[in-house]
Amino acid sequence: MNYFSLKKQQRSSHSNSTGPSNAYQNLEKTSVLQETRTFNETPVNARKCIHILTKILYLINQGEQLVAREATDCFFAMTKLFQSKDVVLRRMVYLGIKELSSIAEDVIIVTSSLTKDMTGKEDLYRAAAIRALCSITDNTMLQAVERYMKQCIVDKNAAVSCAALVSSLRLASTSGDVVKRWANEAQEALNSDNIMVQYHALGLLYHIRKSDRLAVSKLVNKLTRGSLKSPYAVCMLIRIACKLIEEEDIPAEELSDSPLFTFIESCLRHKSEMVIYEAAHAIVNLKNTNPRMLSPAFSILQLFCSSPKATLRFAAVRTLNKVAMAHPAAVTTCNLDLEGLITDSNRSVATLAITTLLKTGAESSVERLMKQISTFVAEISDEFKVVVVQAICALCTKYPRKHSVLMNFLSGMLREEGGLEYKTSIVDTIITIIEENADAKESGLSHLCEFIEDCEHVSLAVRILHLLGKEGPFAATPSKYIRFIYNRVILESPIVRAAAVTALAQFGASCPALLSNILVLLGRCQMDPDDEVRDRATYYLSILNSERPELYKNYIIERENCSLALLEKSLSEHLNGDLETRFDISIVPKAAIVKAEVPSDVMLVTSSAPRPPKITREEESAARLAQLPGIQVLGPIHRSTAPIQLTESETEYTVQCIKHIFGQHVVFQFDCLNTLSDQFLENVRVELTLPEGFTARAVIPCPKLPYNELQTTFVIVEFPPDAASSIATFGATLRFVVKDCDPNTGEPDSDEGYDDEYMLEDLEITVADQIQKTKKNNFQVAWDAADSEEWLQAEDTFVLSAVTTLQDAVNTIVKILGLGAANLSEKVPEGTHLHTLLCSGTFRGGAEVLVRAKLALSEGVTLNLTVRSTDQDVAELITAAIG
Amino acid sequence: MGGVLSYFRGLLGSREMRILILGLDGAGKTTILYRLQVGEVVTTIPTIGFNVEQVTYKNLKFQVWDLGGQTSIRPYWRCYYSNTDAIIYVVDSADRDRIGISKDELLYMLREEELAGAILVVLANKQDMDGCMTVAEVHHALGLENLKNRTFQIFKTSATKGEGLDQAMDWLSNTLQSRK
Repeated sequence: MNYFSLKKQQRSSHSNSTGPSNAYQNLEKTSVLQETRTFNETPVNARKCIHILTKILYLINQGEQLVAREATDCFFAMTKLFQSKDVVLRRMVYLGIKELSSIAEDVIIVTSSLTKDMTGKEDLYRAAAIRALCSITDNTMLQAVERYMKQCIVDKNAAVSCAALVSSLRLASTSGDVVKRWANEAQEALNSDNIMVQYHALGLLYHIRKSDRLAVSKLVNKLTRGSLKSPYAVCMLIRIACKLIEEEDIPAEELSDSPLFTFIESCLRHKSEMVIYEAAHAIVNLKNTNPRMLSPAFSILQLFCSSPKATLRFAAVRTLNKVAMAHPAAVTTCNLDLEGLITDSNRSVATLAITTLLKTGAESSVERLMKQISTFVAEISDEFKVVVVQAICALCTKYPRKHSVLMNFLSGMLREEGGLEYKTSIVDTIITIIEENADAKESGLSHLCEFIEDCEHVSLAVRILHLLGKEGPFAATPSKYIRFIYNRVILESPIVRAAAVTALAQFGASCPALLSNILVLLGRCQMDPDDEVRDRATYYLSILNSERPELYKNYIIERENCSLALLEKSLSEHLNGDLETRFDISIVPKAAIVKAEVPSDVMLVTSSAPRPPKITREEESAARLAQLPGIQVLGPIHRSTAPIQLTESETEYTVQCIKHIFGQHVVFQFDCLNTLSDQFLENVRVELTLPEGFTARAVIPCPKLPYNELQTTFVIVEFPPDAASSIATFGATLRFVVKDCDPNTGEPDSDEGYDDEYMLEDLEITVADQIQKTKKNNFQVAWDAADSEEWLQAEDTFVLSAVTTLQDAVNTIVKILGLGAANLSEKVPEGTHLHTLLCSGTFRGGAEVLVRAKLALSEGVTLNLTVRSTDQDVAELITAAIG
Repeated sequence: MGGVLSYFRGLLGSREMRILILGLDGAGKTTILYRLQVGEVVTTIPTIGFNVEQVTYKNLKFQVWDLGGQTSIRPYWRCYYSNTDAIIYVVDSADRDRIGISKDELLYMLREEELAGAILVVLANKQDMDGCMTVAEVHHALGLENLKNRTFQIFKTSATKGEGLDQAMDWLSNTLQSRK
């Protein structure tokens, strides 16, 4: 408390000494809100009210939170200000409305007033009123102002038109259906002479048509014939064209003739530098290209590298940096220009130039460049330091022999000041080096040990302790890490202490020589003031004291992570059951690592809709399947596959299928869509032709399928008892009753319908469908432990003639088997002829699967596959799947 | 003598009079507001929220608030009651079905303490329509005879034809001025 007030005092004395201070600095929320009473006075004192509104906006922008009550009171007081004709005050009110619209209640009260301002004569009001109106309008109110929005989109005044277009784009995420009806107006605005109007109109039109590929390509084809004046709009069009090219996945040879690519290439000769850059950037980032297509784009970037404008130099070198790994040869042609930029007065340009050279340069130049960069690494911002670190990471993979130079550089950077993101990227890089390069392991671990001695970031300390626990026991002298870890137990916060205890236990489990010492240390940890730390210490102590190494493996070294949501569900089902059978944790699906979707930075058009929380497919489908009657009988869900299309996309009915695999059953989920507006379907179901051994258990039809509504029907099928015949192909037919209906109302014309059917594409169940990936932290330990009697082994040798590189072979195997790779073995280092892929998973029913695939590159790829599993059938099934 | 005094008072006491126009939806409030302000009939749409305009009538300035009459908006009327000098309550004389609701809303509003000193003008609007209620009928249907401690007057008007508004405004300005 004392410290706090002292700090506050210092700050105020500080501001006194530096001359003019911020007039809004010491505002207090309650007193400012009191002042809003002034708004109720008549006549309105515009100057005073503007000042108060400024204070409110300042507070909100400083992060001050208003509760709904406060915001609503303030909002209604503000509405009184509409009586004033003061232009500045009115515009401040608009800003206030926008800020409060999300917090205050009943904000629709200003709808009429804003509608009047947006259609009125005062041009200074109109654009701002549109923006304010759209911020208070929801789906239901939008219909009331729709007419005015349409008028404003095509308004002669460019500011009004832009405001209407941008606001429509924002509304599209919540009220897409209404905004869709404004396409004609947007089309008209696209012909505007104003460059901003044209740009925003294209943005809105694209957003409206985004989901309809045909409409988008029509739009692009029309516009690429050169009707756009606005360079911004052309840039946007280039991005849309790129997206279309990527979606169509046109191979390189055909791409150069495609009109889309021709358009992008023609933009390289545009008169605006912005467009030229955008086109070059787009071409070098395309997936399928060949050197002939790339070279003009790289020439442009090379030209920009020597431009007198810093922005162009920066843009060019940044793009080169990004694609340096994808097109090393092409980037190398720019090396001379990049060398020239090393000493650029703009540090950002210099950093990017050096790191690009590092990525593409020869091994011999590494040391020279590293020296160069260390002269100014202290002067650049964290963001660019991260770029340097990433370049070093790439170098380590490329030149493993240089690890000592790079590792020293990294540890130097670790010791410097820097934010969490910067430190995280360094630690990530060191961890990657350790995992990929066995020679670097010892020095890397000791650098990290040193780092956690003085590390302010809890998350990093925990990660490093976890890594020490994983790798330390297998180092040359494990004992030297114990001191570093135990220091954490003495000095750090509870979270770090708990992680340290776990790391200690790993040593105890894996190094019998250290066990007695570890037991003493863990004993001391039982005195810890924190619950979690004590609990962990007690847990590990009792396991380590049991002296049963098989327990160590399952409960200390390899801790399987169940999906918590599904574990909870299975447990509550178990409690509701008869409680006679024992709970089996092995049938709960393992938590899959859900990758956050990386927004593609190529497209700037992204929807602002909130992202759904990260959940695995299994958790999602468990919730959906729970609604099916009798589904509990099947037990917990093992895995859900990604959806597959069973129809072409532009057909009368579209059907996609998701397979939910259970212990002994598969539930086929068919998502059906009726695209005919004059038909109403009833009793929709899918009839499967079952291969031998499979038994149909239930068909759950979808009673009604109106036009353009996604509905679902299910088929439940039991697997054959032997795993070997579980790989099969199913024929599928969609059956339903058709009733003709009025396209406008969707109501059937009569009660009479007729039966009809629609052929679907065949369905397959593969090995990968039935396997849930697992990720072993230490594959070797698991593999060795599986060399016992309860495990069965199958082995075979194949020649894979279809693939030509080891990486392709690895990708194919992982894809066919659906297993999770361990120890980064899914990445094949460059320039090697031998590789071992290690992977693991769980077969439906709970049988564990471990696979070691030894690959050799000769004429084709020779594969020696060893499968260890707890089930003989499964082991054979997997070996058979490759052949 | 008194006339000269009040003339000066009219010039000096230039505080704008604050007037609320209230009534059920579709009674003609917005049409009346703009008839008073610009003197013509404008096309209107249902008011979501409010309109506020300055109206000058015979050298007197009024600040007139026309609040939307839809059921969902009526609860917000009360946010605009404070400092009100007069209320113009508009009734659709042709809407016999909802005159009861109109009466309830009126009585509910008049109970508000903030409006205790406000003058009330009731406009029996849409007198041009066939089969509409007469002024006396509206007077009775609203239960105005039971109104106590309130300066009020009822007028028959037709906003679209511009009839009756002048009489109402004359009475209103005189009453407001004599109250000062």
